Amino acid sequence: MSEKKTPIKFDPELCLKCETTACLMNCQYIDFADRGEARAEKLKINDGKDSRVLHECLTCYACQEYCPFGNNPFFLIVDRQEEQGILPAPKPIVTEQLRMMGFKDRLVKQAVAGPVVDMCAFPMLTGCVRGKLFEGASVIVGTDIFCNIMWLHFAKNSTIRDRVPRAIGNIMHYYLEDAGISELICFHDECYGTYTSVADAYGIEVPFKPIHQFDYYNQRLDKLKDHIKPLNVKIAYQRPCSNRLCPETDKALDEIFEKIGAERVPRKHDRKTALCCGGVPRAHQRDEFADTLVEKNINDMLKTGATYCVFNCPFCMATLGQEVAEQGLMPILVSDLIQIALGD
Amino acid sequence: MQHEEILHRCFRCGYCKLPGNYTDINCPAYLSFRFETYSPGGRMWLLRAWLDKKIDAGARFAEIMFACATCGNCVEHCAFPEFRDRILLAFTAGKDALLEAGCAPPAVRDLLTKLQNYGNAYGKPVKKYGEWAEGLDLPVFSDQEYLFFTDDVGTWDPRGRDMARSVAQLLKTAGVSFGIIPEGLRSDGNDAGAMGETALLEDLAKKNIDVLRKYNVQKIITLSPHSLNTLKKDYPGFGGNYQVFHYTQVLAFAMGRLTFSENPPPVKIAYHDPCYLGRHNTDYESARMMLRATPGVTLVEMDRSRKNTLCCGGGGGNFFTDLLSGGDDSSARVRVREAADAGADILAVACPMCAVMLEDAMKVENLDASLRVMDVSEIVLERVGQGDC
Amino acid sequence: MTSDLIARLGKIVGPRFVSGEAEERYLYSMDQGTMPPAVPDAVVMPADTEEVRQVVALANELKVPVVPMGAGLVLSGLTRALKGGIIVDMKRMNHIIEVNPKSRYVVVEGGASQGMLQAYLKKHHPDLKHSMPDAPPIATLAGNVCIHGSGHLSVLGGSHSDMLTGMEVVLPTGEVVRTGSCSVSDGWFARSPLPDLSGLFMGWSGTTGIVTKLGIKLFPKYRHNDVLVFVAEDADLMPEIIYRLTSTQVAEDMTPWMTPKPDWARGFLHINIAYGAHTKKELIFKRNLLQASVREYADQKIAGFLPLPPPQKGRFLKIPSPDLARFADLRKGGGFEYVGAIMAIEKFADAYRAGLEIAEKYQVSYSLGARIIGAGHCMMFFFAYAFNRADAEDVRRASDALEATNTAALEMGGIPWKAEEPAQKQIIEKMDPETFALMEKIRSILDPNGIMNPGNWEKK
Repeated sequence: MSEKKTPIKFDPELCLKCETTACLMNCQYIDFADRGEARAEKLKINDGKDSRVLHECLTCYACQEYCPFGNNPFFLIVDRQEEQGILPAPKPIVTEQLRMMGFKDRLVKQAVAGPVVDMCAFPMLTGCVRGKLFEGASVIVGTDIFCNIMWLHFAKNSTIRDRVPRAIGNIMHYYLEDAGISELICFHDECYGTYTSVADAYGIEVPFKPIHQFDYYNQRLDKLKDHIKPLNVKIAYQRPCSNRLCPETDKALDEIFEKIGAERVPRKHDRKTALCCGGVPRAHQRDEFADTLVEKNINDMLKTGATYCVFNCPFCMATLGQEVAEQGLMPILVSDLIQIALGD
Repeated sequence: MQHEEILHRCFRCGYCKLPGNYTDINCPAYLSFRFETYSPGGRMWLLRAWLDKKIDAGARFAEIMFACATCGNCVEHCAFPEFRDRILLAFTAGKDALLEAGCAPPAVRDLLTKLQNYGNAYGKPVKKYGEWAEGLDLPVFSDQEYLFFTDDVGTWDPRGRDMARSVAQLLKTAGVSFGIIPEGLRSDGNDAGAMGETALLEDLAKKNIDVLRKYNVQKIITLSPHSLNTLKKDYPGFGGNYQVFHYTQVLAFAMGRLTFSENPPPVKIAYHDPCYLGRHNTDYESARMMLRATPGVTLVEMDRSRKNTLCCGGGGGNFFTDLLSGGDDSSARVRVREAADAGADILAVACPMCAVMLEDAMKVENLDASLRVMDVSEIVLERVGQGDC
Repeated sequence: MTSDLIARLGKIVGPRFVSGEAEERYLYSMDQGTMPPAVPDAVVMPADTEEVRQVVALANELKVPVVPMGAGLVLSGLTRALKGGIIVDMKRMNHIIEVNPKSRYVVVEGGASQGMLQAYLKKHHPDLKHSMPDAPPIATLAGNVCIHGSGHLSVLGGSHSDMLTGMEVVLPTGEVVRTGSCSVSDGWFARSPLPDLSGLFMGWSGTTGIVTKLGIKLFPKYRHNDVLVFVAEDADLMPEIIYRLTSTQVAEDMTPWMTPKPDWARGFLHINIAYGAHTKKELIFKRNLLQASVREYADQKIAGFLPLPPPQKGRFLKIPSPDLARFADLRKGGGFEYVGAIMAIEKFADAYRAGLEIAEKYQVSYSLGARIIGAGHCMMFFFAYAFNRADAEDVRRASDALEATNTAALEMGGIPWKAEEPAQKQIIEKMDPETFALMEKIRSILDPNGIMNPGNWEKK
């Protein structure tokens, strides 16, 4: 596999010229004595040498956003971890999940009409696609179209290279091709990240145009503006790791909140300093650290006086939702919050 | 036999015998008889054995099959997904096969004969269908929004009639636009179908559909959840398409139009979910909404409520055939004891069969000094101020 | 004779609760497992101890066998009337007689079900619970104790027979006796310090008497409950992993499971570890202890805990787990049976491999697993085989696999649990002859007419 693989789009020269080492200096989980140390570790990574970063990385994707040159530092870390056999999680955990999320080859061609919403591997969430917001939408779902980005957390770039093209092929063959549809609404921004950022960096061809859920919602809300009853609520937003791959969409989210009368309260752990929900570290067997992340996130939210904790990522919601609810905040997905404003 | 292929799949694990919270036996036939044979699993295995000629169709087997009250507890709590949706269908098919084989308990035969010959379980002339409403001055259905449809019990049984009259009065008081059809309607056919007599259900349904067509009925309020069930689920197959509501479903949203008398005495009410409104049609809220909106009422819940409700024992024709009575643990008797244990002053019902069954049981259990069985509309009506509408 | 028997039984329990009809005789002739049917003459359902006593007295008079039955869910055919006679279905005697919260015990009648006790405690004593087996909730407490069952508190409290505090039993000759503290005092708090006569009635497959009342231990019910799922790939590591996890003295229940379905699970060895706490802080502390005990494996990346978000834990926390009953639907044929071998934990890998080999050889749908009993003192290792009851060939394959498994378990030094009649004979073959002679001596004293569930624990 390693001989044949297309290298990650990464320019070492660009990295050498960098004067900030922002990728590692901004990291919220690994401490460096100074920029010199961070730079030294980064160079080790670039050169394919062992680095403590490869062992300590929380796999939160944030360095992808911090890099001022779009030079894919995180994707490179994952490549290096895999090349060096550094496993963030125990092997059976990874192998079992690889099987769990593998292709089931159960798809049959299904007539779809636009807008086509990709619900990825979250069949339990298909009920979210309803009402005026998703009027006329078709939903596609299942592990056979799983975006497979999760393997970034498990040093499995090889799986991404292997499975993503096949998932894309399935989406085209079973759904989009026959319908002549060229756009795909990504309900989860992990999918959007896969079909934009990952595909670009890994050299994977994407024959359709991925549309981020926030862009879709904005466009719908403009059309439905007469139906909006402003919520007048304060919300704390839990920004997920996947959004680091498409930071430009965060502005679109602000627009959404404004349109529906939700005030995104400033919190320490939002935007660039968003903290991991704690889900992935548990897979890495770092439960105690995950506990501190949960605690920090929730304490930070509670300080803001928000009523809702709004999630973009369903996995973050599964991880944090119960805890958030026990602390008196209502956990809700962005789309469901919009549904409330639309009275659906 | 239809659904024959699922019979052997039952493991007889017994989840079907209990409610979801396991408080006590919740299958009426098993509760009353206690032999494994009378449990849903027993029925499954015996049907298989009969088809395999390992047992003969005799009186005992017929009693076992027809004692099923079709309450749906087994469907609700069976551990096997999908399979469970077919349990009652298999029992109905089994009863059909037993009837074909000429093997039915005498009481079942009598009931079916009456339904066949008279169009109702009481052997009454269809011309007198509207007798229950005498003196109420209810309009004959013409251009009102709803038809108010009473089942056999509401039409002919004295207790059932009281309930039908009360519901009609409350509908009137709440300003609901409705009329009645004074003659020609038959039994809704729900229990005929549940006893496996699908041809009889079809016959009754088609005759009713003819009458409903003459009156150009579009929307129906039923007194009985059994009627609701069959009108909604079976009649469309025979060409009768209506919007059907149980009376609580209409009244729940009309409560705000009622004026209640001041300072009503406080009362604790336990609501008995009827199987055909609850488990069969998943409405656990309408009646409770009505009760909650009634001044002075405190709702108390019995251990077995909503999906876990204990059937009164009247379903599947048992109201008329009485196969489930005879022991101390008929489900109606157990149910009134449970209501008393919950500290209720009133056991509220929303089905005329439940009203009759539970009121009788209350007397047998000597609970009539401390407990009243009242239909939800009767409770509300008692607290509505005089002369308001 | 049969009509006379029915009439006389009817006088004892009332005609409504006795039957010699073909329907009852057919259904009570078998259970869900693979054992062939054995038809009783009558089924009777007594309402109290006195009625049980009278039934047993009548059976002695008529020299008719008596077979006690709880829910009949043993799967190994122990409630079949091997030599005809009367099946005594105990489920009308299902009352919960007394809960003593301070000494944490409950006294129930012999037909009381697991589910009803669970519901009763939830309502009346929300801070107490008992150890539920994974049998369906209609299974009886007495039946499960009498077969040395185990359940959701077995790491904490041992097997369910270890949780017994006393019994009331109708002897085969009709006397009503009590064992444990209740034979001396009003309380049912302990079996000690008396000669432990309860042992005369546990593991005997209903051949020594009918249990009409029993006391069992209750345990604190936690407000916060959690489950961890540990995953490994190497069966040889399992005894050490179990040793380390149990050494923390934190788990209430530990159940390894190895199944080929769903596909992703095939080849992996999982251990569900259930534990609870009064506070969240305590819960996390306990989790940390459990995780620390096996940290070495996680650090070596050879085993670890599955990351399960809270919503995914619900099914693992459901007690009893309906998954067990659902296994019967695996072949869409309503049947499964298992060999549950009580064995030493160091035999885990041997048992696992034997299970895989047998499943392969007999081409049966299988599920393997275990329940750890005590702080890693032994385990009930189960080899479950699903079959289609409508397919005689499938039933035969399962039956052959079960027989081979019993043999394999005995060869590994394990002992088939709640053994079916042929397996009892296999056990007797391996048993110290003096031990079996003592068993026979005891039975001849207790049951001179040989009426109690005859055909069980017999050499020939």
